[in-house]
Amino acid sequence: MAIASISVSETPLVLYTLRRADDALILGHRLSEWCGHAPMLEEDMALANMGLDLLGQARELYSYAAKVEGRGNDEDKFAYLRDVRQYRNLLLLEQPNGDFAQTMVRQFFYSAYADLYWRAMMKSSDATLAAIAAKSEKESAYHLRHTSEWMVRLGDGTEESHARAQAAIDHLWAFTGEMFEADASERGLIDAGISVDSASLRPQWLKTVADVVDEATLALPKNDWMQQGGRDGRHSEHLGHLLSELQSMQRTFPGAAW
Amino acid sequence: MATPNTPLWEVFIRSRNGLAHKHVGSLHASDATMALQAARDLYTRRGEGLSIWVVPSSAITASDPADKGMMFEPAESKIYRHPTFYEVPDEVGHM
Amino acid sequence: MYTQALNTSDADDRHVEDAARAAAFQARIDAEERIEPNDWMPAAYRKTLTRQISQHAHSEIVGMLPEGNWITRAPSLRRKAALLAKVQDECGHGLYLYAAAETLGASREELVDLMLSGKAKYSSIFNYPTLTWADIGVIGWLVDGAAIMNQIPLCRCSYGPYARAMIRVGKEESFHQRQGYEIMLTLARGSEEQKAMAQDALNRWWWPVLMMFGPPDQVSQHSDTSTKWKIKRFSNDELRQKFVDATVPQAQYLGLTIPDPGMKQNAEGHWEYSSIDWDEFKQVLAGNGPCNRDRLAARRKAHDEGAWVREAAQAYAEKRKHRQLAQAAE
Repeated sequence: MAIASISVSETPLVLYTLRRADDALILGHRLSEWCGHAPMLEEDMALANMGLDLLGQARELYSYAAKVEGRGNDEDKFAYLRDVRQYRNLLLLEQPNGDFAQTMVRQFFYSAYADLYWRAMMKSSDATLAAIAAKSEKESAYHLRHTSEWMVRLGDGTEESHARAQAAIDHLWAFTGEMFEADASERGLIDAGISVDSASLRPQWLKTVADVVDEATLALPKNDWMQQGGRDGRHSEHLGHLLSELQSMQRTFPGAAW
Repeated sequence: MATPNTPLWEVFIRSRNGLAHKHVGSLHASDATMALQAARDLYTRRGEGLSIWVVPSSAITASDPADKGMMFEPAESKIYRHPTFYEVPDEVGHM
Repeated sequence: MYTQALNTSDADDRHVEDAARAAAFQARIDAEERIEPNDWMPAAYRKTLTRQISQHAHSEIVGMLPEGNWITRAPSLRRKAALLAKVQDECGHGLYLYAAAETLGASREELVDLMLSGKAKYSSIFNYPTLTWADIGVIGWLVDGAAIMNQIPLCRCSYGPYARAMIRVGKEESFHQRQGYEIMLTLARGSEEQKAMAQDALNRWWWPVLMMFGPPDQVSQHSDTSTKWKIKRFSNDELRQKFVDATVPQAQYLGLTIPDPGMKQNAEGHWEYSSIDWDEFKQVLAGNGPCNRDRLAARRKAHDEGAWVREAAQAYAEKRKHRQLAQAAE
């Protein structure tokens, strides 16, 4: 017997907050998959620290979404009782860990964005989101620093590491466009000063990314085709498997408290 | 094949301003930047630090315990360096 | 903690191991002095400690795997964060311990290679599988509880770096056992299904946990010299008894039954347990536990698949050094 998924009243602010919460949870979950399996013990520590930062962000954002929605949902119901079509995270973040290069490139692309995004969101007219942004900005800034160092080492390390890093960039590039999209439901929030227009962050993001990639002796793809759909619940096949693992206890033992 | 060694670093942490950096342990890293980040992730997970130093272990020169006698015992007899060596009557008060 | 280089200094010609030195060393131990990395020490003391500390480190690292098995399936976000932090702590503890072992002159790489090749041991408990979420509760409550029982006296171990590492580990570990007991308490107060899950986990883990303290005193091969050198301050059986006495009331509070029908309290208040199946212990140590092969395979995979990353970092460091030298020469 499996428990039914919850329904969510996706008012613009609820939807907006859930999208960012899902980003943090899914990426944090991916990082947690590394625990015990990293290339070196010191990096095991680093990956878990980044994962814990993201899990913390997810919990605060889910709790806020629950409060705004006001229908008795909570962080665990959002995380454990929504199906793949109800998840709103960026496609980039659900991509499998792959090798260490793929994990680092994924984290680097996102952290370079999150650093700018949270810094801008500190000025949000929504006090809770501004407070979450203030905390998350410091975390993202460190993630960007750590992943930038790795980008340079992988790119300018050995022939093998260079090839792996370049392959990861080429593979993940098409998922980066989605970070800078805003649909109609977000437009109103941008106008109200609650959200920032992500599109305005892209030039700075591109500069940050290009500088590091250049130092790493790597190259950004010329191809500008970008995948979309995560924000509307149209995901890659990978997310369903992630969720079946993440949600297995809640689905197997409906209603139990742990 | 034996795994090649990554350099060893000693880690020193200042737990709060006003205190000196204190040796907390060591770690392995390929270079100073990575050593500093690894020290942050390993030794300050519970807010133990405000400042970190990392030093290549090979850069430390240590005294030899076998030289303990000549290195440190001569100082032990210089009791006149300590305030309790001098007599000041109680009536004079704290000095 | 100090350097490899310091400990490989010309020890052989200058420090000829002799009876007078050994006696002076023992006198320092008897006076409760701490031994530090560059102090003279008998070769056997160095060897014993290198083995014990590195095995302890391997146990922390292999110990990440059974609990790591549940990080992606933790049943709430609160539990997920706590479990990830706990397993990460174990990695940290492994690192503190490898650092302590390295002060004795071995490199982490060679110690890890010994583990990966199956020549070095790690705690037998980690060769059992985590089948249900309740296993995560039992591991925190009992496995960490038993580890803490072992670690408290090690904080006063005669070897300074090991003692300091244990103090740091002990401080961090206090949340681990509480985390596990809280999981058990939640299960014990939950549905019939959850209670059964908790009892089943206790049934499976109880005896292997008692084996964690090592063979009974009459057959323990390392105990005598370790006691003389104050590496070990309590015997295996003494620690096991302390653990059982501490655990029985905790199990009672949970409403769980310790799977030992013959267990009874004696006149001194100690809980007497039935005889332990030491054949099982020997089998697990010999590599025949349910998960020995899986655990080693997982560690080897991480090590092998990480090789190119470590090489890249090293290659970059060398390139940068050359560039800086070239710049300085200009």
